[in-house]
Amino acid sequence: MSSVELETAPGTRGGFSLRELVRRRPEVITFLLLMAICVIVSVVNPAFLQPSSLIDIGRASVVMGLFALGVFIILAAGGIDVSFTAIAAFTMYSLTLLVSKHAPWIPMPAIILMAMAGGALLGTINGLLVHNLRVPSLIVTIGTQYLFRGFLLSFIGTVWIMSLPPQMGAFGRMPLLQFDSADGRTITLPMYFLVLPIAALLTWWILNRTLMGRAIFAVGGNASVAGRLGYNLRTVHIFLFAYAGALAGLAGIIHTCANRQSNPFDLVGTEINVIAAVVLGGARITGGTGTVLGTLLGVLLVVVVNSVLVMVGIPSTWQRVVVGSFILLAAAFFVTAQKKS
Amino acid sequence: MRTTGGQLVMLIGINVLLLAAGAAISGGSFLSLFNLQSMTSQLPEIGFLAIGVMLAMCAGNGGIDLSGIALANLSSVLSAVLVGALISSTDSAFAFSIAFMLVAVIVGCLGGMINGLLISRLNITPILCTLGTQMAFTGIAVVVSDGRAVTVGSPEPLASIGNGMLLGVPVSFVLFVAVAALIAALLKFTPFGLWLMLMGTNPKAATYAGFPKDRVLIATYAMSGMLSGLAGVVIAARNVNVKWDYGTSYLLIAILIAVMAGVRPEGGYGRVICVVMAAIALQLLSSMLNFGGLSNFVRDFAWGALLLAFLAVSRYDLVGLLTPGRRKKPA
Repeated sequence: MSSVELETAPGTRGGFSLRELVRRRPEVITFLLLMAICVIVSVVNPAFLQPSSLIDIGRASVVMGLFALGVFIILAAGGIDVSFTAIAAFTMYSLTLLVSKHAPWIPMPAIILMAMAGGALLGTINGLLVHNLRVPSLIVTIGTQYLFRGFLLSFIGTVWIMSLPPQMGAFGRMPLLQFDSADGRTITLPMYFLVLPIAALLTWWILNRTLMGRAIFAVGGNASVAGRLGYNLRTVHIFLFAYAGALAGLAGIIHTCANRQSNPFDLVGTEINVIAAVVLGGARITGGTGTVLGTLLGVLLVVVVNSVLVMVGIPSTWQRVVVGSFILLAAAFFVTAQKKS
Repeated sequence: MRTTGGQLVMLIGINVLLLAAGAAISGGSFLSLFNLQSMTSQLPEIGFLAIGVMLAMCAGNGGIDLSGIALANLSSVLSAVLVGALISSTDSAFAFSIAFMLVAVIVGCLGGMINGLLISRLNITPILCTLGTQMAFTGIAVVVSDGRAVTVGSPEPLASIGNGMLLGVPVSFVLFVAVAALIAALLKFTPFGLWLMLMGTNPKAATYAGFPKDRVLIATYAMSGMLSGLAGVVIAARNVNVKWDYGTSYLLIAILIAVMAGVRPEGGYGRVICVVMAAIALQLLSSMLNFGGLSNFVRDFAWGALLLAFLAVSRYDLVGLLTPGRRKKPA
């Protein structure tokens, strides 16, 4: 929505108004906060600026970033999704099982496509339920989270798959960038890192350059008005959840390849971190606002906070308190900024 | 507000059916005194949380309390650490028990008030606020206990709340019914109850009518927090240790019970008696799945499916279909 607001915003008063900037682009605050944390951490512990820790952060943000893009697009339309981790665990585990037990010949690109298709299918179930039951999507997706995860663990399997099929292992190791650090270790930025910027660009394109993007923000602004304007709410709901599901499936398969094992108990439980990242990126939970860039900044912020606490000497037990307070502070801040304008 | 006896009749019917089915499957041992006692003593912790979720939902405007089980764990952990540092649970069992219960309920109440203050004064959406506090409460519990289980032991009279019987009925269940009755009366006979329901029905009208909106919201969430504190007490009384990650699936189950009870997620309608009935039904079902020897994962699957099924029941007014004459148009 930012492009429209930029054109219509009253920029006549000249001079630099921080409040106006923050109102229009809340992700500026996220960016400043991120920079501040990075500066403080690198002063306290210069090891933070080593390429190896930066690349660790990049690697850690891929899966969370993919999840966050899905959550963001649903949040933009005024909904919320907490079932995406269950979708990811479901698709990654059942697909790994399928490939290693029954069809080891499937090439990697096909595996990725199947993961996305599987995720989209589960997401479609979410979308249909949210649309037809007419209850807050939080409650529906809490239900489907248990449904998907319960189905996975009771009917598909609970055993860790420790040795992946060769093509999946190779995909997880394939380097994009490789160099030797000062202490002689080889540092690799894996190929799968590229998936995140591609997905982010695609999401940006959908939201800002297509009719569906218009519809999503319109529904997030006011669903009943959007319905009367002629947007098909059913299509929008199904698209949203299917898209988020596809991203979750993709994230799941990348998670498996990167960790070189498939654990059906993984991922579920991390959804609050992801939602926190999206909200810290400036998307309002009531919908209608937010940007892809802000979402990515929010993800970086949460990943950095999670990984640097130990570096500056704060015990890792504090991690939840810090992220939880960040959510509340960000929420309070954005609400107040909104009111003053 | 709508008046529905239908939901209550349906829930009682479900309970009778479940009891009969359980008796048939187990050959009568399902209805044995021992099994009934063990079922009713498992019920209160989740029942308290479900009433808390119901109160928050009734407040409307997207009201929901996701921090319930986190706050319950925080109350029991913090209280065990604080009181345990001052009073020995083996030497002065009575003083420890009383202090433990008081501190736990106070912590719960304070936590709930924080939720209420953030939601009413700062206008943070309840979902977001309680997500944040859920994480913060869990985090504080981890920090004060260093991530380990904290021993409460079994001092009297705390232990008898968990395991004692009053005329053959578990003490915790008596406590639960008493608290539920108190809240039901509060909702039915005081201005607070009326304000809460009307506010949930139409928040804008409530503002113009001059309701003390902020105070009602704060009181609602504080009450929900106090119920979490009570749940924490019962959890501590039933188990020798308390830990920050107890009952991870309770969040879903509490919401499931509220939805089963016909509480409207958009706010404005909910009955405590229906929540109690729904909690009993769920406990019966859970015990039946146990009797059948099914794993926890099957139970999770069943809970998810049930939640969606009951959402469909209320969406398409299936209760109305079964009780002709009450039929209304689906909203």
